[in-house]
Amino acid sequence: MAADSENLKKTPLFALHERLGARMVPFAGYAMPVQYEGIIAEHQHTRESASLFDVSHMGQASLVGPDWETVAAAMERLNPAALKELAPGRMRYGFLLNEEGGIIDDLMVTRPPHEDGRLMVVFNAARKDVDAEALRAVLPEGVELLMHEDRALLALQGPKAEAALARHCPEVADLYFMEAMPAKIAGIDVFLSRSGYTGEDGFEISVPAERAEELAELLLNEPEVKPAGLGARDTLRLEAGLCLYGNDIDETTSPVEAALTWAIGKRRREAGDFPGAARILKELAEGPARKRVGFAIQGRAPVRAGAEVLNEAGEVIGRITSGGFGPTVGGPVAMGYVAAACAEQGTPVTLRSGRREAAATVASPTFTQPGYRRRPKGK
Amino acid sequence: MADIYYTKEHEWISVEGDIGTVGITKHAAEQLGDIVFVETPEVGTQVEQGGESGVVESVKAASDVYAPVSGEVVEVNPVVSEDPGRVNEDPEGQGWFYKVKLSNPDELKDLMDKAAYEAFVASEA
Repeated sequence: MAADSENLKKTPLFALHERLGARMVPFAGYAMPVQYEGIIAEHQHTRESASLFDVSHMGQASLVGPDWETVAAAMERLNPAALKELAPGRMRYGFLLNEEGGIIDDLMVTRPPHEDGRLMVVFNAARKDVDAEALRAVLPEGVELLMHEDRALLALQGPKAEAALARHCPEVADLYFMEAMPAKIAGIDVFLSRSGYTGEDGFEISVPAERAEELAELLLNEPEVKPAGLGARDTLRLEAGLCLYGNDIDETTSPVEAALTWAIGKRRREAGDFPGAARILKELAEGPARKRVGFAIQGRAPVRAGAEVLNEAGEVIGRITSGGFGPTVGGPVAMGYVAAACAEQGTPVTLRSGRREAAATVASPTFTQPGYRRRPKGK
Repeated sequence: MADIYYTKEHEWISVEGDIGTVGITKHAAEQLGDIVFVETPEVGTQVEQGGESGVVESVKAASDVYAPVSGEVVEVNPVVSEDPGRVNEDPEGQGWFYKVKLSNPDELKDLMDKAAYEAFVASEA
């Protein structure tokens, strides 16, 4: 694999990955570690302890303006989440929509606790230029999009992430799922959020690029923590039922088809004030033509993206968009789209890839129980 | 002592008499990473040199297993179907896939010996 070819970008942790013996692969224009010890071992370690992932390829950005009301309204021009209501120190999942109600990108929006005129956002690596262009096209005067190319992003994920991080930053114990704050870790100024892409408890840590390696080594020195690569990140998110942009959602899929309607704010539905509202509101009222679902697959053979979904009459009713082996499940896991009439859980289907067929039933796309540490009610 | 031959598709075949034991090489297993599924041909199947004779899948990818020689499959290794991780642990030993009764031993001349295979792997890197 020509991961060292000259035109690939490197994250601030590239030298560390090489020292740790990672297998590097090209991903979204970057040389990224796909695995160190092995995907299954890294996956299991994340579910049982804590793993450190380099996700610096993702696009960290801010909308900056006079106050929260203004920057949130600017983001709401493309994003149907209810953002104006977001409390300081909280974050919310959402997406940028095109005029047809298709998903340009899915992303996490954060309102920092003490900075009223800033909205922080993380774009998918392969979409950051598209996202920036789409947002800049709709920004009102006085609101600016800044790309933070000078920052790295680390994800510390797993049930022991808090224990490992708290030794250097005790305040993390007071931070709950989907909350964020600036902090200092061993003298390094970071911005922390309690979030991730593994279905486990954990943190994402934004850090100035020049301090990223020092921070990564500090965390890897904790007894709970091992490095994990993009391979385990993919199996973890697949078992957790989380969408991968480009596979499970794209510019043709609507949030209703993708079973992400929960991310569309109530106020926004009532106002219908987002791109593609005509299609999305119609799908909300009448149901979408197709729907994202999971599949419980018989046998051991993985079924991968691109496989066809057939009903009992042998007609093609859908397609697998992500699939593979789930190490925690101990067998094949997959998600994809089926015609709405066949989306009910328990519906028997056949998954066909070339000459091979597997019997399956429609299931929830969430194969593993999430380990998020949510804020207790009333706290 | 059996003679071991290698293919450009990274299978090995160890030949004793007219029976060859087939598997994938250590290099192939390392490249695939964690192997999670192996499909071997059924006993009695006639395989042809260079033809498909099974599938091996890792977490990341699926890949076909090609028959190093032509012949009849006379035995398959149940271990690799039941515990595919054994292929990673011992690809050129306990992780063998199937045994084939060679129908044309001359085909072995098309294959590489260990030194030639190692040079081939180095040239691919």
